[in-house]
Amino acid sequence: MDAVVNLDGVTVIYGKNQALKNVTATFVRGAVGLLGPNGAGKSTMLKALLGFVKPDKGTMSVLGMNVADSPLPIRARIGYMPENDAHIPGMNAVSFVAYCGQLAGLPAVDAMQRAHEVLYYVGLGEARYRNVDTYSTGMKQRIKLAQALVHDPDLLFLDEPTNGMDPKGRDEMLELVRDLGHNKGVSLILSSHLLPDVEFTCDHVVVMDKGQVAAQGPIEELKGPAGRVYELRIKGDLPGFLEELARRGMDTHGTDDDVMRVFVPAGAGDQQSIFKAATEFGVQVRHLRPSVPTLEDVFAKAIGEE
Amino acid sequence: MPIHDQSYRHYGGGRALPGRSWTVIAWAGIMTMIRKRVFIGLLLISMAPFIVVAGRAWVAANYPQMSMLAPSAETFRQYLEWQGFFIFLITVWAGAGLIANDRRANALQIYLSKPLMRSEYIAGKLAVLFGFLMLITFVPAMLLLLLKIAFDGNFTFLKENLFLIPAITIGSLIQVSVAAFLMLALSSLSKSARYVGILYVGITFFTSAIYAVLYAITGSSRIAWISINNNVLQVVDVVFRLKPRYAVPWQVSLLVIIAVVVVSISILERRVRGVEVVT
Repeated sequence: MDAVVNLDGVTVIYGKNQALKNVTATFVRGAVGLLGPNGAGKSTMLKALLGFVKPDKGTMSVLGMNVADSPLPIRARIGYMPENDAHIPGMNAVSFVAYCGQLAGLPAVDAMQRAHEVLYYVGLGEARYRNVDTYSTGMKQRIKLAQALVHDPDLLFLDEPTNGMDPKGRDEMLELVRDLGHNKGVSLILSSHLLPDVEFTCDHVVVMDKGQVAAQGPIEELKGPAGRVYELRIKGDLPGFLEELARRGMDTHGTDDDVMRVFVPAGAGDQQSIFKAATEFGVQVRHLRPSVPTLEDVFAKAIGEE
Repeated sequence: MPIHDQSYRHYGGGRALPGRSWTVIAWAGIMTMIRKRVFIGLLLISMAPFIVVAGRAWVAANYPQMSMLAPSAETFRQYLEWQGFFIFLITVWAGAGLIANDRRANALQIYLSKPLMRSEYIAGKLAVLFGFLMLITFVPAMLLLLLKIAFDGNFTFLKENLFLIPAITIGSLIQVSVAAFLMLALSSLSKSARYVGILYVGITFFTSAIYAVLYAITGSSRIAWISINNNVLQVVDVVFRLKPRYAVPWQVSLLVIIAVVVVSISILERRVRGVEVVT
């Protein structure tokens, strides 16, 4: 798959603190989550890719260009939405976004037209003539997205885009991010410590922990092989039934209580197969429900949590 | 099915090559100040010395008995000195918030995530101050020279004082550069424009006050280099072929001016960054 960002052995040191430790990662085209707890090195990675921070070791490339050699051509093709509140003081929204467009090289007229368009797109159309200083936290998040989009970047760096937003605003922001990544052909890297945000918007994930990559790949792949997992409790000959399920190609794992997890591989049927096996073996099914592996499982496993 | 997609659309127009963003920054900064009526009022008031000198030139040219009012080469030096007061006011007003306000609003990471270099950002901000300060020094001084020629109806004055063209240019640049670089460096040190303004006023007055005290004690003006203003006055005197007003060698004053500019650039280089690293 096409890579938009590559990091090869990147180390970033702040004083005595190693923010990134020999990081090697690949971000493919599309929507990729950069997941990790606070202090994992996510923002540092984005800032290094933007050229704000020079790595002490390693090489990075964005859209096929070396970050050290071509910072300006790279920045012309990317949009950055910073984590904290950031705007140009004293401007209304449309002037601010148009100004950012001009800074990115758009002619003044085009920049103004794009500013109106992206402000409508992010949901600030009605508030576009208000001074940005008077915006609420949620509106400031949206305008940060607008300024990152105004020059139509090929790649977006979104650093905690739902920070400080109310539930409704958060859902709307995630819908926008998902739309950009899946329908508008904009590749994006979404840095977040919120698993549901990444799971909703992204197809791939890079999990960071303590400055290192803990896991990376397609989310579905990281969640486990294709197939379905069920929670099952039976009454009857448990060891014999487990052998029967294994014979039918289903993997079982016991849990602390009497509920077991049954993995039914793709092509081996669904819950009906379990019912059929139970009927034929002569045990009673007392509990059966689908158990879906989540990104939380992947994250916990990647950073070594129980 | 919608007949026209009004959501996000891709851009198919042209883009400027990197390297011109400083003009966008400069223009935005100039427009921000020009929208303030009081600031426009200050610019107009700063033209008062120009009107006085232009009036003198007109009277002297039209009434021979008033020829003692005719501007001399030294008048142009005096004009730039008078403008020093307005340079001070406009530098504080227009310059204090140039970077400090951006730092307060975390705007530097917005700027520097665009295809522009840090030097372009600094150049754009400098251009705002240079624009206004040259507008009240170089532009009216040159205009005065033109008016003098026009009122006299001949080029005699210009032929006799041809050095005035480079002198006005260099003199203005020295005055403006010191004020602009120093103010911009101070502006990059804080997130409060008010604090920066106070700091600039403090440095300007403090260095002059120290000189005044030392002069009162020693009776010598050899330590005039301690005041930033005195160094500018001293070097601009030399540029206008006048006897320097202080006992300190003008070369020393020039070195101090160069040092102020170099230190300011060094501060700007350290402070204007997309990320502030605290270790």
